[in-house]
Amino acid sequence: MTGPETAETPVLVGRRHPLRWAAGALALLAVGACAVSLARNPAMEWPVVAEYFLAIQVLEGLWLTVWLTLVVTTLGFLAGIAVAAMRLSANPVLQAISWAYVWFFRSVPVLVQLLFWFNIGYLYPTLSLGIPGGPTLLSGSSNELISATTAAVLGLTLHEAAHAGEIIRGGILAVDPGQLEAGTALGLRRSRIFRKVVLPQAMRSIVPATGNLLIGTLKGTSIVSVIAVNDLLYSVQYIYNRTYAIVPLLAVATAWYLIVTSVLSVAQYHVERYFARGSRRALPPSPWQRARRALGWGR
Amino acid sequence: MSGQPMVRLVGLRKSYAGTPVLRGVDLEVARGEVVCLVGASGSGKSTLLRCVNHLETPDAGFVEVDGELIGYRPDGRGRLRALPEGRIRRQRADIGMVFQSFNLFPNLTALENVVEAPISVRGLSRAEARARASELLAQVGLAGREHSYPRRLSGGQQQRVAIARALAMRPKVMLFDEPTSALDPELVGEVLQTIQTLAGQGMTMLVVTHELAFARDVADRVAFVDEGRILELGPPEDVLTTPGHPRTRAFLGRLAQTTTREP
Repeated sequence: MTGPETAETPVLVGRRHPLRWAAGALALLAVGACAVSLARNPAMEWPVVAEYFLAIQVLEGLWLTVWLTLVVTTLGFLAGIAVAAMRLSANPVLQAISWAYVWFFRSVPVLVQLLFWFNIGYLYPTLSLGIPGGPTLLSGSSNELISATTAAVLGLTLHEAAHAGEIIRGGILAVDPGQLEAGTALGLRRSRIFRKVVLPQAMRSIVPATGNLLIGTLKGTSIVSVIAVNDLLYSVQYIYNRTYAIVPLLAVATAWYLIVTSVLSVAQYHVERYFARGSRRALPPSPWQRARRALGWGR
Repeated sequence: MSGQPMVRLVGLRKSYAGTPVLRGVDLEVARGEVVCLVGASGSGKSTLLRCVNHLETPDAGFVEVDGELIGYRPDGRGRLRALPEGRIRRQRADIGMVFQSFNLFPNLTALENVVEAPISVRGLSRAEARARASELLAQVGLAGREHSYPRRLSGGQQQRVAIARALAMRPKVMLFDEPTSALDPELVGEVLQTIQTLAGQGMTMLVVTHELAFARDVADRVAFVDEGRILELGPPEDVLTTPGHPRTRAFLGRLAQTTTREP
């Protein structure tokens, strides 16, 4: 026996991690050095950043970016629901169409698609709405009907719908088939089982993926600047083409993208916590609790 | 009490991808009778049970519950025509089912699990459904756990909620598909106790189980299912104690070797 001889229970001391602390300090030093160098670089022109941060043109661009993100996400998910429903239906024709849609719009880069929609006038010079073989109700030139913004909404939405459809389908497939069976055995309608039982459980995997897609869409909208849609990126480009203050204006755009993404991340976190009800014995700790715990403050 | 059986299976056949699972099953269960189905896994007993509420559609044969053909109607030319979904739903509402893996809705509390179908299928008022659900949960020994989510309950408690959920529909017959197979051994007793109480109240039940002691105590008759047929059917003491068929004897012998719970 080599244990302590005292009758009292000995105090247990955890293992020390000096290397972990050293690596942390070193990394912090490196990051700090980068930050200081950036902050002190005169080419950053911080006063210019401050000047344009709340400039009306920038805010208008920001608004268009946020608007485009919301519209594309909403329309994309509505269409995505249809894509997922068709793919999960028992009808082989609908299944095949849905599969082909996802294949096509996931394969074509958004930029290519956007240019296609923007130049649709070459393919169909006029667009008209009417009864086949009957009278034409509405007609107009494609270039007038499909503005740059419309082309942006169309292109991004078609792309979004393919991804949203896959996210929704994956979430539904992740729900135990026993749930559908239990609902069926109770005599519940399929729509009721879907709304009350399957969808809330599918949301647990749909929400995180949707959050990522939403943030991706927000950043992805910057691509519309190539077809002269007045989004956040385009508006800062517009300014620096005049003033040549390229770096500070890109910093303005970066700051706004960071802010909006952070807001979306916080919202995503809370929605995820909401849908975690009943899925775990206890809710996971919040980031603040986690940080405190990692640093060893309290429990 | 009429002489008409509560459940009648006639000539049930079913294959999966060419492999026969049921090869002609006939069975009649009287009102208030408890029939236990025993047999090796893969013998077809679960499929048989799932045909009763039309979760599985048989390839041939038919099922009647309380004199009503399940899932079909005769078309007057000697054929059976599939019923529309709504009619089948109404038939299923009268047949309670309890699953091996409980299949409680994890996003709903115990009480919400129990009131869901009475409200949305039977059209009960929320207050009425909740009162009756509380009563049923108390009956299965879960008073005070109404607002717990299933994952916060033990397996035995979850299965008792599932039983309460099925009973809330006031079913004519209850189907149990290996209700204790997913449970830790010390939790099996509480669930079997609940089922036994139901038997005492005169509920008609079909129970697929590996718990032979339970079958002996509770069943009016035991059916030994083997390779998609009912090979032996009779009072528990006949089938389980002095089986007539060599395959029944072999099955019981294998169980006795592996089961420590056997008396």
